[in-house]
Amino acid sequence: MKKLTISQRKAAVGVLFCLPLMFGLLLLFILPLVQSFRYSLSDLNLVQGGFELEYKGFSNYVSLFVSNPTYIRELTEAVVDMVVNVPILIIFSLFSAVLLNQKFKGRGFVRAVFFLPVILASSAIANMDISSFVGSSTPGSGSGAEGSMLQSFELKKMMLEAGLAEVFVDYLTGAVDRIYEIISTSGVQMLIFLAGLQSISPSLYEASKIEGATGYEIFWKVTFPMMTPLILTNTVYSIIDTFSRNKISLTISETAFKVFDFGLSSAMSWVYFLVITLLLAVAAGLISRKVFYYD
Amino acid sequence: MQQLSKSMDAIVIRFNPAKKSKEWTWKVLRTLLVTGFCYIILFPIFLRLSVAFRDRIDVYDPAVLWIPRHFTLDNFRIAMETTDFFGALRNTLLISGSTTIIQIISCAMAAYAFARLKFRGSGILFGLVIFTIIVPPQTIMIPLYMTYRYFDLFGLVPVLTGQTSFNLIDTFWPFILSSATGMGLKNGLYIYIFRQFFRGVPKELEEAAFVDGAGIVHTFFRIMVPNAIPAVITVALFSFVWQWNDSYYVGLFLNDVKVLSTQLMNMGVNLEEPDPVLQSILLNTGVLLITAPLLIMYLFVQRYFVESVERTGIVG
Repeated sequence: MKKLTISQRKAAVGVLFCLPLMFGLLLLFILPLVQSFRYSLSDLNLVQGGFELEYKGFSNYVSLFVSNPTYIRELTEAVVDMVVNVPILIIFSLFSAVLLNQKFKGRGFVRAVFFLPVILASSAIANMDISSFVGSSTPGSGSGAEGSMLQSFELKKMMLEAGLAEVFVDYLTGAVDRIYEIISTSGVQMLIFLAGLQSISPSLYEASKIEGATGYEIFWKVTFPMMTPLILTNTVYSIIDTFSRNKISLTISETAFKVFDFGLSSAMSWVYFLVITLLLAVAAGLISRKVFYYD
Repeated sequence: MQQLSKSMDAIVIRFNPAKKSKEWTWKVLRTLLVTGFCYIILFPIFLRLSVAFRDRIDVYDPAVLWIPRHFTLDNFRIAMETTDFFGALRNTLLISGSTTIIQIISCAMAAYAFARLKFRGSGILFGLVIFTIIVPPQTIMIPLYMTYRYFDLFGLVPVLTGQTSFNLIDTFWPFILSSATGMGLKNGLYIYIFRQFFRGVPKELEEAAFVDGAGIVHTFFRIMVPNAIPAVITVALFSFVWQWNDSYYVGLFLNDVKVLSTQLMNMGVNLEEPDPVLQSILLNTGVLLITAPLLIMYLFVQRYFVESVERTGIVG
């Protein structure tokens, strides 16, 4: 056998390393994806020792849009939620990452606390919010929730009197009221931003400092442009993440395993998938025009 | 370099009271913000802890704010009994532990191939991996269930064994199979993290190993993986925690096998407690019980995790 060159050998090992992945992609991703599309076009009946498909055309999709009472509403809610939440998430996680990147006493502890929600709140179970069931039952802690309501009410009044637009004020106070939710869902994004901040060359900061830039200027002229590629990454991640937390995923599972309408459930998930892809494309298209690549 | 900028700072500050006061304001503001956020994150945990040790009498006692007057472990006892805690804990540990180890190996290997061992079509393959992140798990949920329910491996199983198909539901095989083939929970993300990291490792390191006569596989396991410890820790933590908390795949593939996350979801139904308030306290204890092992683990790993963030190369 002829001896292979190093690049050929590398390619061969590369294929070897990817073999399990290729196998998995085919068996557990591409085939299921194709099948799921087939299911969405048909009526699936469980029979002895298997299942049979009955082709129905696009009737599952039609019924989804025409006669299903909740699906379209839930989908719109999910989209609106996403549009509202993702900008807050991005701004908050960028801000906290900048904060955590500065040097101060107890930084290690604070970082550990900030990433704690990644551990605790990454699932639907952890989202069983404590205040919803314990807060109302114990009079002592219940007042805490009332206090925060009052505070954001005051804040709202103050900002409205300061002449800010009402939509904007509602958005901000809404964010303040949901601060726990925001903090607990922004752990991974914070992590990504922090890793990015660490990789900015210190020479850039030194140069701008010598030129006499203020901290504010340094943030907008150095840190922010360097972070734009990560803002894109994080936006994509946040969109996928906020979508995976909403009610629609539950509806899809329930349609399949409680109502046993596999065809309809597949149709739901395909519409869901297409909406996500569309949103991702729009978001990525908008942001990537502003993205700045250093090298 | 750092020294220089520091001494420069010192000079500037000494002669500039306005700047100094600005700096102090920022320090105070920062401390306030950081303390506030930490409070928001830690408060629910302390509240859960405080509530979990309360006796029934204390629940309706307005004088009890944080420290229970009648300390009790009853809540834990009842929560453990209704969730079959130790059985479920064993299963959860088995699933999370095994999938974590397998996923690290399979994802790191694939990622190394994507980063350094380019072959024809590897770009398309990587594109597909990214695509798996975008496709919601619900889309392929039913066919995936069917694949495991009537597992025949492209029709090979009937030929080899004579049986029509295997039923892999209620076994650990779905988790092991999907992890080994890099199709487990969020594995696309792990491959991405590893790939970014491997791309950042200097090429000279590899070349030195090649010159010294190490093969490609050997180089990967002896040079690249030990260098990728920060990425390994990040991925290990993510994959362990997400698998632990996952109730979606677990609920899909396991009906009779008990795991912590599904046990907790069913706990409310299984409780023999009519009072909704007491019920919620028991549920809260359940949440504490399922997160406690993670919290304890995080206490130990946290240091490596927080430090390694800086070198993971998650950077786009």
